[in-house]
Amino acid sequence: MSMLDDYAQVAGSDVIAQLHQLASPLAGARVVHVNSTRIGGGVAEILTKLVPLMQELGIDTRWEVITGESEFFECTKGMHNTLQGNRIPLGESLLRVYEETNARNAEILRPALEAADFVFIHDPQPAALLRHCSDRKGKWVWRCHIDASHPYRPVWKYLHDFVAPYDASIFSLAAFAQELPHPQYLIPPSIDPLSEKNVELDSSAIQNTAEKYRIDTQRPVVVQVSRFDRFKDPVGVIQAYQLAKQFLPALQLVLAGGGAADDPEGEAVLSEVQASARGDPDIHVLLLPPDAHREINALQRIAEIVLQKSIREGFGLTVTEAMWKGRPVIGGDVGGIRLQVINHHTGFLVNTPEGAALRIRYLLHQPGKIDEMGRKARVFVRDNFLITRHLREYLTLMVALLNGARDRIELT
Amino acid sequence: MNTVTEGTRDSTGQTPGAQRKEAVNGDRELFSIKDCALVALATGKKARMLQELRSQLADIDAASIYHHFWGGLLQARFGEREYNNDFASWIWHGIHDPVLAERLAALAPADFPDLETLRREIIELIDTRMDEMEHLIWARATGQFEFICSQIVVFDTGRRLEKPAELAAVMADLTTSSIFYHFIDARRRTSDGRDDFSDWLAGFGNEFVTLQEQLACVDPYFSSLSELRDELALLFTAYFQAPRS
Repeated sequence: MSMLDDYAQVAGSDVIAQLHQLASPLAGARVVHVNSTRIGGGVAEILTKLVPLMQELGIDTRWEVITGESEFFECTKGMHNTLQGNRIPLGESLLRVYEETNARNAEILRPALEAADFVFIHDPQPAALLRHCSDRKGKWVWRCHIDASHPYRPVWKYLHDFVAPYDASIFSLAAFAQELPHPQYLIPPSIDPLSEKNVELDSSAIQNTAEKYRIDTQRPVVVQVSRFDRFKDPVGVIQAYQLAKQFLPALQLVLAGGGAADDPEGEAVLSEVQASARGDPDIHVLLLPPDAHREINALQRIAEIVLQKSIREGFGLTVTEAMWKGRPVIGGDVGGIRLQVINHHTGFLVNTPEGAALRIRYLLHQPGKIDEMGRKARVFVRDNFLITRHLREYLTLMVALLNGARDRIELT
Repeated sequence: MNTVTEGTRDSTGQTPGAQRKEAVNGDRELFSIKDCALVALATGKKARMLQELRSQLADIDAASIYHHFWGGLLQARFGEREYNNDFASWIWHGIHDPVLAERLAALAPADFPDLETLRREIIELIDTRMDEMEHLIWARATGQFEFICSQIVVFDTGRRLEKPAELAAVMADLTTSSIFYHFIDARRRTSDGRDDFSDWLAGFGNEFVTLQEQLACVDPYFSSLSELRDELALLFTAYFQAPRS
């Protein structure tokens, strides 16, 4: 049985038939995806499945990862933060490291990149590769996974010069799109329903995880799964929990996250979180390894409610994961969370720890609402945010790019 | 890679629908079931005030107006929508004017001969409201409106129908995007602005006039695509199973 057959079981055979039809004009095309980490973070998770699925559809697809020293990742983390609105200038020396690292990686990747029919460059880290591939023959697409709606202008201006020569870019939401001299496609990311993180689990696996981390499943649990990153506001989550706990003394909080190879700030944020949680045995701060997918899956299923109280968010795949498991989500009223959390239907959008605490209290006093919202959330994800939809939009974009800027393309 | 061809469009933005059908034995035509996929694009045009929305509407590509009324049906959106077009939704959630939101929501795009007429009507409603409530001209929205347009890729499923009665059998199995293409997008392609099923049935003379009338009564504007598919499946099944004199 092929991977696509497996997906047909979840998404429907008609969805897979559509993928085959859309992929047929792209048969044999050479596609290269480039990012900066193979493990950790949403981009790596998506590529882990997107690449083999494209291969199975007859598209010659490969995934390359650029390498760099700690200074490079310090620079690109700074870029990430400033594109999300932090007003911190990046020093000249760091920018030089950025350019040199891209130049060095281009030396290795150039043959594959220049020969490809489509190159997808994910996020700012490898964005400067294009400059070093002057004999490129294919279409180059910059895929921005970040909430770049209010970037720190000097850094965006710097990055703009690298991104402008691309043939197209992709943003997750219209609000993130920036002034660029090429088509800007809008494609939300997706989750893989068959991955370790999202498959159904039996109750014993869930119970084992609860016991391992000493979580009492007889008492209410709220969970936030995310990197230890200030934009995810883990300290704000603890504040929300503390406010709600005054009314719900049995409440427990799980803050679970891992580091990513390209995120040097995680350790500092984790220390702040541990300091805020100190003295309360009902707060479980879990630093999980990058391959703890089944445990994250179990933690999201242990939760009555999942939180994602981000203050900036590209899309928020952990929101999608929780909704797929039938959990309502209390999410920050930002970025891609707005696309997924429909107030009073699939969860609640909040702006403060107070708002999050109020909604925790409301839902835990209305268990029927938790079930109702959870059901709606799962259907919403099935219809809109599975990897099959994501792949379809990539294929549509590729066919569209081959045909210029026409708004209607008929395949023969 | 294989090659693809783009559809042609005339000056009104309509694409000939004749490519959907294949001649059989000279006079009868097969119905070719097609499907489509849509990908959205940012236009870069945004509005933060009602006056700004009005100005942008005057110039925006008609494809964007189409997207905000119809194209969004194929995009990620929650089934239980408060308003059935994006302009009405933004007027309520961004500008907080329920009166204009309701008036815009009442617009049924299928009632307009083309997108330019629809565009003029939207602008007319906005102008009327700004005359009624002058402060709305300067009201700043709590969230901006982003004009989006879309590219549609149409592909042939290879399935062919020879007789109208086959519609009853296949309807429930069609993808929602196929329903979109044949029942909604067709209105933009066919010369008289009707759906592909009616267009095909018209080729059988007067034999299916009643069925065409029933199809004309199906309002595609207030359902999700899957609900629309269910409604069409019921309609075709009821029609072809009913005893006929």
